[in-house]
Amino acid sequence: MVFLSAERMNGHLLARFARARFAPNRYDLIALALIGAAAVLVTHGAQQMGQPLAGPHILPVSLDPARLPEYALRTTLRMFAAILASLAFTLVVATVAAKSRKAELVIVPMLDILQSVPVLGFLTFTVTFFMGLFPTSELGLELASIFAVFTAQAWNMTFSFYQSLRTLPGDLDEVARQFGLSPWRRFIRFELPFATPALVWNTMMSMSAGWFFVVASEAITVGKTTATLPGIGSWIALAIERRDFAAVAWAVGAMAVVIVLYDQFLFRPIVAWADKFRFEQTASQEQPRSWFFDVLRRTRLFRRIASPFGRALARLPRLALPSLSLPRLGRVRTGRWFDRLWVAAVTAAAGWAAWTIFRYIATTLTIHDALTATSLGLITLARVLALIAIASAVWVPIGVWIGLRPAWSQRIQPVAQFLAAFPANVLFPVAVVAIIAWRRDPNIWLSPLIALGAQWYILFNVVAGASALPGDLKEAAGVFHLRSWQRWRDFILPGIFPYYVTGALTASGGSWNASIVAEVVSWGHTRLEATGLGAFIAKATAAGDYRRVALGISVMSVFVIALNRALWRPMYAYAEKHLRLD
Amino acid sequence: MTVTLERPAQTDAPLVEVAGLKHVYGKGGGAGLLVLNDVNLTLRAGEIVGLLGRSGSGKSTLLRSIAGLIAPTGGSVRVSDMAGDDQAHGVAMVFQSFALFPWLTVQKNVELGLEARGVPTEQRRKRTLAAIDLIGLDGFENAYPKELSGGMRQRVGLARALVVQPSVLLMDEPFSALDVLTAETLRTDLLDLWSEGRMPIRSILMVTHNIEEAVLMCDRILVFSSNPGRVIAEIKVDLPQPRRRLDPAFRALVDDIYARMTARPAGPPARQADAPGVGLGMALSHVSTNTLSGMIEALAASPNNGAAELGALGRDLNLEADELLPIAETLQLMRFAEIDGRAIRLTPAARRYDAAEVDARKQLFAQHLLAFVPLAAHIRRVLDDRASHQAPARRFRDELEDFMSEAYAEETMDAIVSWGRFAEIFAFHEDDDRFSLDDPA
Repeated sequence: MVFLSAERMNGHLLARFARARFAPNRYDLIALALIGAAAVLVTHGAQQMGQPLAGPHILPVSLDPARLPEYALRTTLRMFAAILASLAFTLVVATVAAKSRKAELVIVPMLDILQSVPVLGFLTFTVTFFMGLFPTSELGLELASIFAVFTAQAWNMTFSFYQSLRTLPGDLDEVARQFGLSPWRRFIRFELPFATPALVWNTMMSMSAGWFFVVASEAITVGKTTATLPGIGSWIALAIERRDFAAVAWAVGAMAVVIVLYDQFLFRPIVAWADKFRFEQTASQEQPRSWFFDVLRRTRLFRRIASPFGRALARLPRLALPSLSLPRLGRVRTGRWFDRLWVAAVTAAAGWAAWTIFRYIATTLTIHDALTATSLGLITLARVLALIAIASAVWVPIGVWIGLRPAWSQRIQPVAQFLAAFPANVLFPVAVVAIIAWRRDPNIWLSPLIALGAQWYILFNVVAGASALPGDLKEAAGVFHLRSWQRWRDFILPGIFPYYVTGALTASGGSWNASIVAEVVSWGHTRLEATGLGAFIAKATAAGDYRRVALGISVMSVFVIALNRALWRPMYAYAEKHLRLD
Repeated sequence: MTVTLERPAQTDAPLVEVAGLKHVYGKGGGAGLLVLNDVNLTLRAGEIVGLLGRSGSGKSTLLRSIAGLIAPTGGSVRVSDMAGDDQAHGVAMVFQSFALFPWLTVQKNVELGLEARGVPTEQRRKRTLAAIDLIGLDGFENAYPKELSGGMRQRVGLARALVVQPSVLLMDEPFSALDVLTAETLRTDLLDLWSEGRMPIRSILMVTHNIEEAVLMCDRILVFSSNPGRVIAEIKVDLPQPRRRLDPAFRALVDDIYARMTARPAGPPARQADAPGVGLGMALSHVSTNTLSGMIEALAASPNNGAAELGALGRDLNLEADELLPIAETLQLMRFAEIDGRAIRLTPAARRYDAAEVDARKQLFAQHLLAFVPLAAHIRRVLDDRASHQAPARRFRDELEDFMSEAYAEETMDAIVSWGRFAEIFAFHEDDDRFSLDDPA
């Protein structure tokens, strides 16, 4: 999905979004098969490369608070690497998809599936693969971790950029064509600036999601091998192993500081800067602000440092880069026969891919295992839906209350966004200790962990929706003395619905991913386990049973995609058709 | 379709020559919508030519064909390249929506075309500042478009087009997004620059739907008919500049153009369902019933007392031709008015309508709607015939699309839904896109 800037979502954007999401269904199957097969093949290949899982991969991590800044820094650098990789991927893949119809036919459904696949499940495969590439050094592990974060970030960014490129304003396109702008200059002067605000917002949302994955991917046990990278995630893992509650508290603090710094010094300034690219001819009433950006702009020193960069940037459009000038591929009508051939080739590849996955899984597993995984999937589905419902019941009224009070929402909104970014897995030990202390049933009491991090998406989207309710409608509701229930039914709920759907969809996706780490948790040697598909995948990963992992991920992907198609998309379509406030 | 660029030997050769131009939108074959048919146009140095027509008459398509932005289906466009030293293309365009890049300053926006042509930085700067100065934008070089008013934005659009020194300036309804006062100032400024020869251009070709604007600015006006777009009249404007709107000759010319734009085959639409343009295949304009009532009331009241000249009516009601004509024609279609050349006259039915109360008005409207709009009668008949008294709207939309493009079908459906609702001859449910007979009451 593409995240719409919660502060400035409007019906027009939503319409674009809803339309773009209805990718042809048969391509979903094709893409699902291809992606799954690639994962299987990569693992297969890695296993055959010799001694991929040999050697101890435990790097010493100590729980000395003095080392914590260094660990935090390494975690942060991993995030940086991943976001840069995601940006590079976005610029290339989205551009190709937007310019070539053939590529588009494959790329768009692929992205749609990839963002539904629980990426944490992939860790098994990627760790194996990257460690196979660099069996003797830490680099393989680093790459595996970065790749895990990348897979959590890249898709919505790519989608956002692709959608921007496909919805370029027609009159500006005519100007660019009329003056004969070269493809490269056109990209720098027109396409990239137009896509920037949405891309920046999606990058920020991706970062938010990324913290969870970087924490989860720093300490991974696959079979007998435990792979640890110095960082906050492995610190937490060690603290859990040693039952060191103080160390957990330190990690929570360090994480909070890192996220706040990231937000204040990187993203707020970028959002404030990107505001000038917003495609609106009118000055907006409310501009995103960043004190740091203002300081930077005013500092003479910074200007001095920045001006060479600025000059270099200004020169960018003049670069003669014939190799980068993408010809207008496939947008020109090509023969129908060629199209059909292309679709047939892709379908054949997908069929072969599905067969590969099936053969891989079916070598040791039977239909019985598939049924087990499916029924476990139903349990996890029930868990996810129940928690989304509970979180909605709690946060929608609170969010509306806050959103209708501008003074409050300005203060609460950054906090809610911070909480959404905060990796909930850092907090898991606290909950686990409580469950152990009070001897509660893990099947029920582990469930809230699934939505611990995801619920904030509901809150901050609802706050944004409620603050965007038009003033005249608020006054009308007041003048006619709409009573509480009628006011909710006829005014508030329809008004915030599009925002709520965005929040709930994000929360749902996050919950599925979280189930893989939340359904099995431990504190020292005590292990708590809830029945569900997440636990199935987690246990298979711990046992190094690749086939079960592949089965679990396949089943979970199908569940996520089915839920998106059956619930969230119709809700989006409904919101677009009936609840637009413009 | 050929587009050729050449340097002519003599200076009085045509700047732009369009011959037998034809354009079909949509499906590549004959099933698409024919927007332009057999259009010929010759543009010479020293003249301002206006393309006048209602929306959908293909005049913007013609302009874009000349600009090289679209490739027409048939015919040829020749653009001669006369002036300038380093230019690649002899035309530049000004847009209705201004089409400025919001992330570029005024100066950068103006420089865009020069930058694309690889003009060296220093020369680019000089020419840009000169253009900004010429068009009255100095002081605004570093402003962003969002900080400017509409008039200032369109000045940037003009400067951006002029700075590349085109021989022909193409303008697509350049003043229609501006308020009346601003538009007038800009027109005057442009005409002054033109008459003083301070712009590097040799000719202006402008699209407009505003008759007065065309008469005010142009030396020659090509009047387009719609559906498909054709040139139905070419009018030379010999009035001396500066022209005054109150000048009787000016007004006579405006009225004359009104008459030409409403000229249609006389008599009631024939009742043949198969012929496009009449019967079921008649494209309707979505005119609100409030507007129709308002127009009947305005015509019935003094000083009109039932009849008026279209040009004068447009001035009185502050309506432009492409707003006024659909209203007048809808009234004519429903036999509430007759259009005769440049005048419109109410029928006796319209006078009864004017005098009646709401319920009687609705009844009268319903009678006329069912009698004179075949689509309304058709929908009503289908609903009456069915036991459930319901029918999906999709079905009628499909029938319409046999006769017209999707966009026209859409507008026709919108019109029939809103008229049918007002007349209470059927109900429409947007949720599941169906018609029914049941009354919400």
